[in-house]
Amino acid sequence: MSVMTYREALNMALREEMQRDPRVFLIGEEIGVYDGAYKVTQGLLKEFGERRVVDTPICESGFTGLAVGAAMVGLRPVVEMMTFNFAILALDQIVNSAAKMYYMSGGQYNVPMVIRGPGGPAHQLAAQHSQSMEVYFYHVPGLKVVRPSTPPDAKGLLKSAIRDDNPVIFIEAETLYGIKGEVPDDPEFTIPLGKAEIRREGTDVTVFAYMGMLYRALEAAEELAKAGVSCEVVDPRTLRPMDIETMIGSVRKTHRAVVVEAGAGFAGMGSEIAAFVTENAFDDLDAPVERVTGANAPMPYAKNLEQAKTPSKEKIIAAIRRVCHA
Amino acid sequence: MVQAKTPTTKLDAELARRLLSQMVLIRRFEEKAAEMYALGKIGGFLHLYIGEEAVAVGATSVLRPDDYVISAYRAHGHCLAKGADPRRVMAELFGRRDGLSKGKGGSMHLFDKSRNFLGGHAIVGAHLPLAAGAAFAVKYQGGDQVVLCYFGDGAVPQGEFHESKNLAAHWKLPVIYVCENNRYAMGTAIHRALAQTEIWRYAETYGLAGEAVDGMDVLAVREVVGRAVERCRREQAPSLIEARTYRFRGHSMRDPSAAIYRTKEEVEREKQRDPIGLFRERCLKDGRLTEVEIKTIEKEINDLVDEAVAFADASPEPPLEWLTADVYRE
Repeated sequence: MSVMTYREALNMALREEMQRDPRVFLIGEEIGVYDGAYKVTQGLLKEFGERRVVDTPICESGFTGLAVGAAMVGLRPVVEMMTFNFAILALDQIVNSAAKMYYMSGGQYNVPMVIRGPGGPAHQLAAQHSQSMEVYFYHVPGLKVVRPSTPPDAKGLLKSAIRDDNPVIFIEAETLYGIKGEVPDDPEFTIPLGKAEIRREGTDVTVFAYMGMLYRALEAAEELAKAGVSCEVVDPRTLRPMDIETMIGSVRKTHRAVVVEAGAGFAGMGSEIAAFVTENAFDDLDAPVERVTGANAPMPYAKNLEQAKTPSKEKIIAAIRRVCHA
Repeated sequence: MVQAKTPTTKLDAELARRLLSQMVLIRRFEEKAAEMYALGKIGGFLHLYIGEEAVAVGATSVLRPDDYVISAYRAHGHCLAKGADPRRVMAELFGRRDGLSKGKGGSMHLFDKSRNFLGGHAIVGAHLPLAAGAAFAVKYQGGDQVVLCYFGDGAVPQGEFHESKNLAAHWKLPVIYVCENNRYAMGTAIHRALAQTEIWRYAETYGLAGEAVDGMDVLAVREVVGRAVERCRREQAPSLIEARTYRFRGHSMRDPSAAIYRTKEEVEREKQRDPIGLFRERCLKDGRLTEVEIKTIEKEINDLVDEAVAFADASPEPPLEWLTADVYRE
């Protein structure tokens, strides 16, 4: 174990997988000479050279499509989106090419690739650089979608994503790059995709949250513990496929569920988890599932408005109290 | 630009037979597909290649079996020319179990991994970066294959055309972009879509080798693409080739008359330059093939296409379990 930042854990995962498999290469904007806009790829150009750390001009659709073609012919690209907001420019390649290739070729051509980069709310980056992008992807059959909330998850899940034979959307967070945690040094340490994690055990209510919202939910749980409400906080980690066993198992135990998400609520992750819980554990529920979501507005620039855009600890606490009648 | 002059390809009887057979195969296959569409055996969009056969056949004739080909949605001809089994192509059009893509792709999504045919792709321009990527992989792996990418004039105004040309030229990727300029993007004439209608000229800006060729002349296509393949293998220098061709039918079977956006006179005039007719005449004139030999070829191809239809018709529908199979690779 070593204590390291989330950013360093990602870097370690990339380095180890590149050492392990010569087919793995990195491609994206400013990942080489500049060492990465957020320094996730720091030092990798120096270590692996231009053949495997490929700086691209600004053309998200072009280089994402290029990665799809390379994956069809035997490589395992890891594409960096400088921020996931730019992935919208490559959405056709991700949705129509990467996600569907295996299916529409009748199982002949799979696309083993990872598209990674930061997404979600950041600090005063305003409307076009600060949004929860996972919703654009998890609707699409053929894609897997991962949101790693801790440094060890960043390492273990990224390694699994790179080893996966399918296109994986891997969305990090600008606000988490600097957080520290204990990360296994073992180059064979991986965390399987599709496995949720119970971050805090409890008995009265299950709170689903990930990324920045996970930490806010944990704070809420801490505060509620003092008031005698025992929260179980579950981090889905992989949003597609979802982990039925852990997520539903928790609700069967607590009989109540609250979903917290940073993005706007309409047709968001909360909707999906609420439906998922209702379909699978309706008879176990003692209260309707509550969603705590971001406001239905683009991200504003002003600091006070930005803070009001994402769910606060107080809002999370209020929702938990409602479902627990506490 | 070099507008290909009289081809210098040495045409022997064997080559003449091969080129003619393939063009006739594609023509007959497409005519049959149209019939099957009318009978309701084929659904969805069906884009026929009739009139453009010389491009696929001429270009593929200079490739090795391990070279890669990728195409758009008018891809039956490219797929057949690359060596796919006509029976399995027809079965795919029928949406049957023995289709190349197990009946799940259809006319627009033919794939044949055994022939390095990287597919039919149906978002205009989107497969151009894929071609660059396949070439990137070849170079990365130290191979000497080339990637040949067919696309229409309709893809030229798309951003991905320009992004791909830039990446291919800048990174010296072994890819040959063959634009089949049939003058109409669906119903939009080229002069209504492009500020620069001489498509090969885009090569200049990006630093690719650029050539235009008469796409109705199979030997001219063979020669120009042959040069590009050689450049590509020798120096990993990518090319942009504009093959000037014409589709004799509508954009798809849903545009049967193709008469709103072009005149009947124009279509009739272009049909005078039927690539199969031109090549047949030439073979006869040069004494490479006799009338009898040509008749035999046509008969053989007719039988082959009939057999493809029978095969497709006899192939079962895909089982329902296949609906959710091949979504993820385990």
